[in-house]
Formats: sequence, C-alpha cells, structure tokens
Amino acid sequence: MTTSSAAEATSRKPRMTRMTPYDEAMGRYEPVLGLETHVELGTATKMFCGCPTTFGAPPNTHVCPVCLGLPGSLPTTNRAAIEFTTMIGLALNCRIAEWCRFARKNYFYPDMPKNFQISQYDEPLCTDGWMDLAADGKTFRIGIERVHLEEDTGKSLHVGSTGRIHGADYSLVDYNRAGIPLVEIVTKPIEATGALAPQVARAYVTELRELMRTLGVSDVRMEEGSLRCDVNVSLMPRGASEWGTRSETKNVNSLRSVERAVRHEIERQAGVLDAGGTVVQETRHFHEDTGTTTAGRSKEYAQDYRYFPEPDLVPLAPSPEWVEQLRVSLPELPSARRERLQKEWGLSDSEMDALRNADALDVVEATVAAGAPPAQAYKWWLNELSRRATEQGVELATLPITPVQVARVAELVAAGTLNDKLARQVIEGVLAGEGDPDEVVRRRNLAIVSDEGELAALVDAAIADNPDVAEKVRGGKVQAAGALLGAVMKASSGQADAQRARELILEKLGVPS
Amino acid sequence: MAITRDEVAHLARLSRLALGDDELDHLAPQLDVIISSVARVQEVAAEDIPPTSHSVPLTNVFRPDERQPCLAPDEALAGAPAVEDGRFRVPRILEEE
Repeated sequence: MTTSSAAEATSRKPRMTRMTPYDEAMGRYEPVLGLETHVELGTATKMFCGCPTTFGAPPNTHVCPVCLGLPGSLPTTNRAAIEFTTMIGLALNCRIAEWCRFARKNYFYPDMPKNFQISQYDEPLCTDGWMDLAADGKTFRIGIERVHLEEDTGKSLHVGSTGRIHGADYSLVDYNRAGIPLVEIVTKPIEATGALAPQVARAYVTELRELMRTLGVSDVRMEEGSLRCDVNVSLMPRGASEWGTRSETKNVNSLRSVERAVRHEIERQAGVLDAGGTVVQETRHFHEDTGTTTAGRSKEYAQDYRYFPEPDLVPLAPSPEWVEQLRVSLPELPSARRERLQKEWGLSDSEMDALRNADALDVVEATVAAGAPPAQAYKWWLNELSRRATEQGVELATLPITPVQVARVAELVAAGTLNDKLARQVIEGVLAGEGDPDEVVRRRNLAIVSDEGELAALVDAAIADNPDVAEKVRGGKVQAAGALLGAVMKASSGQADAQRARELILEKLGVPS
Repeated sequence: MAITRDEVAHLARLSRLALGDDELDHLAPQLDVIISSVARVQEVAAEDIPPTSHSVPLTNVFRPDERQPCLAPDEALAGAPAVEDGRFRVPRILEEE
C-alpha cells in the first residue's frame, strides 16, 4: 500500500511548463475573460421550501422532505427569490423574460439528494444586460449574458488521508445549504482589457458585490461562500481575431484571488503557448496559498446533464406591471452613489479609484457618518489601514477596527489631542485589541504634550543643547528654529504640541513669530 | 421488449428499493407495458404539435418567503443507509484511477 501510493505520487507529479512573466505575456497575447458568479440570495427561506437559509447551523437541521427530495414531496417557488433575481437583472440592465421555465439538471453526485438540481437552462429569467466599471482610470462596459436562478447544493466533507475528494474513503453530506436560492450571473466574453485583465476581473466582482449589497438581495460574504466566482481565461496572439482555448478556474473565493487567478492563468497559458504547446480546455482549481491553479481531471466534469423542463414547477411569467413595480423600487445603485459621494467628499477621480480599489467606500462612508471630515476618513483608511490590510493579505473591512473608532481618532487629531504620528500609534493599539482609541491613548500615554510647563522645559533643554542653532535664530535666521523643534519632538517621542513648541522657541529667543 | 427484468432490478437498486424476485417478476412486465404505451404516444407527435412541458395552463405559482418547520435531525437521517456525525455517509464519490 505504501509503496504503491508512493509510486502513484511520483507519476502524478505535474510536468512543469515554464510560466511566461506577465509583462512579456502581455507583449505577445491579448486575453479574453469570462466570469461566472454565483450569489446566494438572502431570502429567509430556501428556493422551493420553507427551510431557513441561515449559515452555520448544525448539519441537517435545516432540511425537510422537499429539499431532501423525499418521495411525494413537491417544490413551490419562493416569490422573494424571483423578485430578488428580477431586481438583479434590472440593475444589470437586462431584459426580463416574459415567460420562462425551470429546468431539471440531472447528475449523479451526492451533493443533491434528489440526483438533480433545479436550475434554469435555455430560458433564463434575465438576459442581455451590461455593467460599467472603472479599472485604472479607464471605463469598461461588461456585457451580461444571463442571470438565472437555481438551487444551491449540499456541502460534502471528504473523509480519508487526503481530506479531499481525491483519495477519500467516503464522504459525509450536510444538506442545510441544499436548496438555498442561488443566482448565477454570466458575463459575455470580456475583450480588449489588455494588461488590465486581472484588475478588470476584480473590479467586476467588486462592483457586482457592491450591487448585491445595495440591492439587499444577498449578504455577499465571500468567506462564507455566499459569493463564488468561476474565472474563464483564454489568450490569443496580439492582432489575432480568433479566440484561444479557454480554461475555467472554479471557486475563486476572494476579490484578491480573482485578480491573482486571472494573472496566473495568463502567465501559465502564455508559457504553454510560448513552448509551442496548446492550451487544453479544462476545469482548473485555484489554490489560495500559492495563487496558482492546477488541472482538475476532465472526466469529473464531462457530463451530460440531460436537462429537461422541470415538471413539478409551472412556468414563470412576470407581468410587465410587476417588473415595473420592482424597477421603481430599486435603491440608489452603486455607480450613482459613488458619483454622489465623490461630489460630497470633493475627491478627484484617482482618489475615488483608490478608494474603490481598496474596497474602502463603505468604511469611509460609515466613518464620515460617524462624524469624521471626509478628508480625514479617506486619509486613515486609504493611507494607513489599507496598507496594513495589504501587508496582512486581508480585506480592509475585516481589520479589527470600526469606522466609529477611526472617526474618533480623526476627532482626536482635529481636537489637537493627537498628531498624525500619535494617531498612527493609536490605530496600531486598536488593531492590537487594546480597546477604543481613548483607552489606547490613556494606556499608552499617547496624548500630545501641550502643558505649558512641560513644553517650556523641553524647549529650554533644546536651546541649551544647541547653543549654535539658538544663536542663529536670535540673529534672525528663523528657519533654523526647525532644528530646535526637531530636538523637542525627539525628546518628547513625537508627543509635543509642535505648533505651540515652535511658538515657545521663537518667544524664548526673542523672535516675533 | 422496452425494458428487461435485469434493467428493472438495476433501477430498483439505484432507487434503494428492495424488490424480491417475485416482485421483479410481477413489476418488470408491467413497466414494459407502460414504456411501450408511452412510446406509442410519441409516434403521433408530429411537426405541427408543439412540445408540452406542463399539463396545466398555470404560471406564477408562488409561496411567501416564510419559514416552515424542518424535520428533526433523526427524522431527516432516518432513511439514510449510513450516518456519521449527523451527516449522510456516502460511498467514495470518485473512482480511484
């Protein structure tokens, strides 16, 4: 057993094709992208039965005869799921079908207890829309092929030495998730992005996520799997008009991963093509830890689903009145909201782009709502916190600091209790779990020294230690006071009230400030 | 013959139905008759007859987004051939290569 599996491991070692560095690949090839995004809807109950959709319940406690596919049970469509999907379609400028049907997708895999999944096939609810987005200051219009509704599948736990489906001895299935309404949003092929392809892919998913959140149709928590992305990438030589063969990377589950997966696939495929090989049309898996993809075995997915119209559900025929009612009920959409906020906050286009790229719009808005001036909210989230999030490889919003806490830091700076340097230390303390900003200021003793006596002592010491400089200032060379101020700041570990200290220096040296 | 006794036995196994020999003897010919009859209906479907997916002229049958009671976990798992840790235990999904 041991020897045979060792031999197997050797034979399975993938043949390494050299990857082509990104810039080099972009010099020779033009990528074409396609994105399929699955969004779990935030309805209270499942698509076709009244079981709850809440995340994290003990296994098989949110199940009933319908979602377990027990004999004699019949599905009934959740009205809210149809409304949510229609709203998504409308927000994506789609045409809403006047008549469409669910389809039965048959397959033999135990993540659905019925041996089929109710989905939509050739008659999706929404078709032919678009969404505009910006990446690196350029605007791209992404075509939406379709938005359709299906039911999510159960979760499998694979038991065996590998912990994965390959090499598992058996699997354990929890059907709590089976039957939760799932919307699939498919783009048309995205062309002419050039080297911006990874950013465009990320911007698309970011925009989509914002849209879902704004519509209130999903909590879009990527880490809980309520938004999942499949990324299709192909390359064609620059100047060519015929697309190359695409790969489909499944289950890319964070914004950063979407960007990395596209980039990796471009480098990998360019490597294959540069070596004179051909790209294989296949399903690939993305690995978060390495940012790379590996081939799935094609026979897993080579299936004939034998789609046919779902006999247990009657067709859908949303009336124009109903659709119109939903259209007028749509909230302010993210693009309109951004335009408004940009105006209100007085940000430039590039500042707004930076804000979005850092996924900081919501936190900055919340920070402004908590009382911070927009420029301060922008500064702390963008210049300080975003850098830390990137360093730690986490999403900005998951940092352990709240907009209210950031607003408090900004308030302390505005009140002169903190300067920027001290504020940075306060933020560090909050992130380290030392409590609210005021608590960190107290514990770390970080407030600015503005006590006249303390400041005067610091100034006197600085003058005494630097007699030459002091003499120059007395002689009218006011700029030289900077060196004395530097000494004061150094002696106070940056905590002296710089403005007041400067005034004192000049006062003591008899120079009118 | 539209369906053989062996095929019915195979389907019964896939459907987790424990059919005895006498039941197979009894049911297999009946299924054969049913399938043959459906095949005859297909013969009359011509170009001018549109395919029908539903027998009732209804659309938009919905339920409100309201919770209904779920099964208790032991009820949910009662029909499972094997159970472990509150989950349905299923045989290895992918064949070894």
